[in-house]
Amino acid sequence: MADAVMVPDISRTVQKWRSKPGSLIMALHEIQNRYGYVPRNVSLQLAQLMNVPLARIYEVITFYNYFRLEPPGKHNLSVCMGTACYLKGAPALLDTLKNELHVEEGETTPDGEFHLESVRCVGCCGLAPVVVANGETLAKVGVNAIGGLLARCRNEQKED
Amino acid sequence: MAKMTFEELDRVREEQRERTAKTSWIRIGTSTCGVAAGAEAVVRAVSDEVRRRDLPVEVQRVGCLGLCYAEPLMEVNVAGAPRTLYGEVGVETALRIVEEHVVNGRPVAGLAMPGVESLGVPDVPSNGTKQVRIVLRNCGMLDPTKIEDAIGRDAYQGLKRALSELGPEGVIAEMKASGLRGRGGAGYPTWLKWKFLREAPGTEKYMICNADEGDPGAYMDRGVLEGDPHAVIEGMLIACFATGCSTGYFYIRAEYPLAIDRIEGALRQARRMGLLGKNIMGTDFCCDLEVRLGAGAFVCGEETALMHSIEGRRGTPRPRPPFPAQHGLWGKPTNINNVETFANIGPIMARGGAWFGGYGTETSRGTKVFAVTGKVRHSGLVEIPMGTTLREVVVDICGGVAGNHRIKAVQTGGPSGGVIPAPLLDTPISYETLQALGSIMGSGGMIVMDETDSMIDIALFYTGFCVEESCGKCAPCRLGGKQMHLLLEKIRSGKASWSDIGTMRRLCTTMQKASLCGLGQTAPNPVLSTLRYFEDEYRAVIVGAPA
Ligand SMILES: Cc1cc2nc3c(=O)[nH]c(=O)nc-3n(C[C@H](O)[C@H](O)[C@H](O)COP(=O)(O)O)c2cc1C
Ligand code: FES
Repeated sequence: MADAVMVPDISRTVQKWRSKPGSLIMALHEIQNRYGYVPRNVSLQLAQLMNVPLARIYEVITFYNYFRLEPPGKHNLSVCMGTACYLKGAPALLDTLKNELHVEEGETTPDGEFHLESVRCVGCCGLAPVVVANGETLAKVGVNAIGGLLARCRNEQKED
Repeated sequence: MAKMTFEELDRVREEQRERTAKTSWIRIGTSTCGVAAGAEAVVRAVSDEVRRRDLPVEVQRVGCLGLCYAEPLMEVNVAGAPRTLYGEVGVETALRIVEEHVVNGRPVAGLAMPGVESLGVPDVPSNGTKQVRIVLRNCGMLDPTKIEDAIGRDAYQGLKRALSELGPEGVIAEMKASGLRGRGGAGYPTWLKWKFLREAPGTEKYMICNADEGDPGAYMDRGVLEGDPHAVIEGMLIACFATGCSTGYFYIRAEYPLAIDRIEGALRQARRMGLLGKNIMGTDFCCDLEVRLGAGAFVCGEETALMHSIEGRRGTPRPRPPFPAQHGLWGKPTNINNVETFANIGPIMARGGAWFGGYGTETSRGTKVFAVTGKVRHSGLVEIPMGTTLREVVVDICGGVAGNHRIKAVQTGGPSGGVIPAPLLDTPISYETLQALGSIMGSGGMIVMDETDSMIDIALFYTGFCVEESCGKCAPCRLGGKQMHLLLEKIRSGKASWSDIGTMRRLCTTMQKASLCGLGQTAPNPVLSTLRYFEDEYRAVIVGAPA
């Protein structure tokens, strides 16, 4: 992605948030929503436009689990490891996904197709265990549903 | 639209009530849990069918009734047939219900759920249920994207009374009479916090709604934010009025996209209607509320860390005092309450503190919402008067544990709480009783465990959580938590000696006494409570444990 393309986008974000105190985190949310992560060159621009040191921005990004410095995969799978999901078998789901995809938590497959991570409760505990696949919350996921889930993701990309 | 005034609010309410009374409807729960169970497909199929056959019935998307185990839920109310709630409704069943119930006027008996009368919903005759719904009064009963729906069910009536009749002092007096204590965990009297803020010097003051809901395995606040956003907004406005704030913030965790959407939408509607912004309902009261997002840090639920986060900084806590009422957001006097605390305020103002105080026990008044999850048959949201026993919640309301297993323990208070063993389940729920058992009320997580669950595992799970979520600022929490985790792993692997238990207990005491914030101070609770009630499990894996 060329820098030139990004400038108009983030200047709008900056305009919206610069006048409001303490809104660095909100600006970062907008950026991550747009790019899927917070690219370094965007952080550099943000620092200039919001007139804050780059270190301040990185200090914040690295404190909060939610912000990413690396691009996500094409398909993002988050296994909920909150208490309810943990008790209902989430660790086995995570292990299965690690084995199937040959990645650890927080990693992306070398072809960039899948990114695997764990989250702490998405508030759907009544239907544990839960996996969030590309933003969609899947309820009562069994280990034997994992194969189908991965196949669906792979097929989707063939279609488009 | 006419300008919002006290009279206009009542007019909209009447209009909406008449409309509702005349309307036949199908309600489908589309909160996070409903959607996860497939509710969107049901909504599409039912809407298409209703349109195709031109049926005189409105398809409404509503919040969560709390019966999460039976999602997707669909409730039908058409003239000439009894109102019926259906559970685990797939597309096919939904179409069958449309055919038989809506078209032919015959409820499908085999698919009906026990029914709303067992939920303790305010306007439905109760059949002796143990539930009382004050906080969840509207969840599943209205379309949370329509402010008129909420007004029709009494939203902003509490604000009206506060503005027209009570005045700020009167509001605080009513709060005092209600006995409401904070629902975010610590249980501090809400009226007193408001009084401190009101009396704090200066004109620039802030109100914050803590919607960080960090306890993993709990989602009471999500249920309310998604299902009845105006209840929380009304509570915030009344609090701002009583304490003299003209700005408030919702601090919502980023993991709740639907809740964020609902609150933002509800704020826009309230603003457009003149219930938010300048001269609310034609009075001098001016107040605006905005949303700020969390970013995946448990410690940001702690109030001083939360304020740092709203300021756009790392969410590290600081020592108190000074308390937020003296030195809060941007150094200005501030008050923070939990989502559920705020959701109680509207009815307290509309119906009076004494009415609210009539529920519950002497020291813990009103109701409490719990998210009952884990190895329980009917997991979901439950709202009961304080003083109800744990057993009534877990067994009578939620059906006990699934399968052929027996309850081993119930965990309350999340990472800051403890396990309560099965023999103590007849304990009535209150701030004091749970604390006496070595747990806490917490925000309302209630996790049921059966005899297949290892208590050492549970202790390890929570300690691991606290190690990951410790902000690292103070040594007792950063280092103590890590050492405790290592010791527990050593114990689980069968390599520990009995003296390690002593070391662990000393670590617990140090963390409790010397940590900077509640995270570290309470992190030992899961360890201590499992040791207290399930020492046998520890003995079993430690060679040479004394008899
Ligand atoms: C580590 C930690 C996490 C907390 N998380 C939350 C939370 O997610 N939601 C909440 O309302 N309160 C949380 N609290 C409690 C808040 O600090 C504060 O007491 C509460 O929001 C006050 O509101 P209340 O008086 O209405 O309960 C947390 C406290 C600690 C120490
Ligand atoms: S514990 Fe997994 S959704 Fe809450």
